[in-house]
Amino acid sequence: MGKFNKAGGREMPELNTSSLPDLVFAFLFFIMMVTTMREVTLKVQFRAPQATELQKLEKKSLITFLYVGEPMPEFREQMGTATRLQLNDQFAEISEIKDYIAQEKSSMKEEDAPFMTVSIKADKETEMGVITDVKQALREAYALKISYSASQKVN
Amino acid sequence: MAKKRKTPGINGTSSADIAFMLLLFFLLTSSMDTDKGLPRLLPPPVPKDQVDDDVKIKKRNILVVLINSQNQILCNNEFIDIKQLKDKVKDFVLNPYNDEHKPEKVEIDVPFFGNMMVTKNHVISLQNDRGTQYQSYIDVQNELAAAYNELRNDLSQKKFGKLFMDLDDEQKKAVQKVYPQKISEAEPKNYGGAK
Repeated sequence: MGKFNKAGGREMPELNTSSLPDLVFAFLFFIMMVTTMREVTLKVQFRAPQATELQKLEKKSLITFLYVGEPMPEFREQMGTATRLQLNDQFAEISEIKDYIAQEKSSMKEEDAPFMTVSIKADKETEMGVITDVKQALREAYALKISYSASQKVN
Repeated sequence: MAKKRKTPGINGTSSADIAFMLLLFFLLTSSMDTDKGLPRLLPPPVPKDQVDDDVKIKKRNILVVLINSQNQILCNNEFIDIKQLKDKVKDFVLNPYNDEHKPEKVEIDVPFFGNMMVTKNHVISLQNDRGTQYQSYIDVQNELAAAYNELRNDLSQKKFGKLFMDLDDEQKKAVQKVYPQKISEAEPKNYGGAK
């Protein structure tokens, strides 16, 4: 009875893993599509304020980020604990915002430039004086669309 | 000859590991969270040579919301709690009883709705001190947004049976025309005190 030959004994059939790389690659591409690269390393401490009426920011390429907060502990010795501004990877002064915005604008596609949104990521304990200065600087740089970054409040 | 030459197959067992490493790298360096926030539009800058003449707005059309450095809220010269602010704003924008001291109503033609009496010229003027905490500023901004959202949602429910979010663009525009969001973040002023 060749057909029902059990002479070989039972062996666990081995799991075919030849398609595993393809699966992982598909997953990888998915992750690459839905996420963005973290562009900057944070140098200021930033805890988002909380709010409920949030709107999602669309089109990541149109968003410029501004960080406001106290310097991280490792920079305290040089920078002190006063609230600072971070543009890209560096600490910056309010006066540098204008140039930064102009630079960001010029790196965009021309038709996209009017839709540029500046997301202000400020620590929740920041004093409004700094924020007001930032807002004035943004107005002068004609970056009028802004968004106060916040996290969803859980009740 | 003795044997045919075979091209040796490339050993593919480690490609899964390589793909996993790539995956891990991207998982760690990228952020999934979508940025959320309260969108606002800043007014264009005032030219330097312009004399400071504020646009004259009738007093009844303005709701002044002031946050001081102790994070207390003053709404039209009345000291109020943050929880009351939303209803205050809704009442102000809606002006249900045609109050003399609330914004005047203007008749405008809105698509889908026809002629509506709308408090078109109202302005909510948000002022803050330099020492105000950012969180309380956001709280107030949030309450203002919530007031507008509730008004718009109510109207959308009544007219279209849907939430404002779910309307199409034309309908959204119409609803926005009935309740335009007019929050003015005033020019910074110093209200005395140090700094």
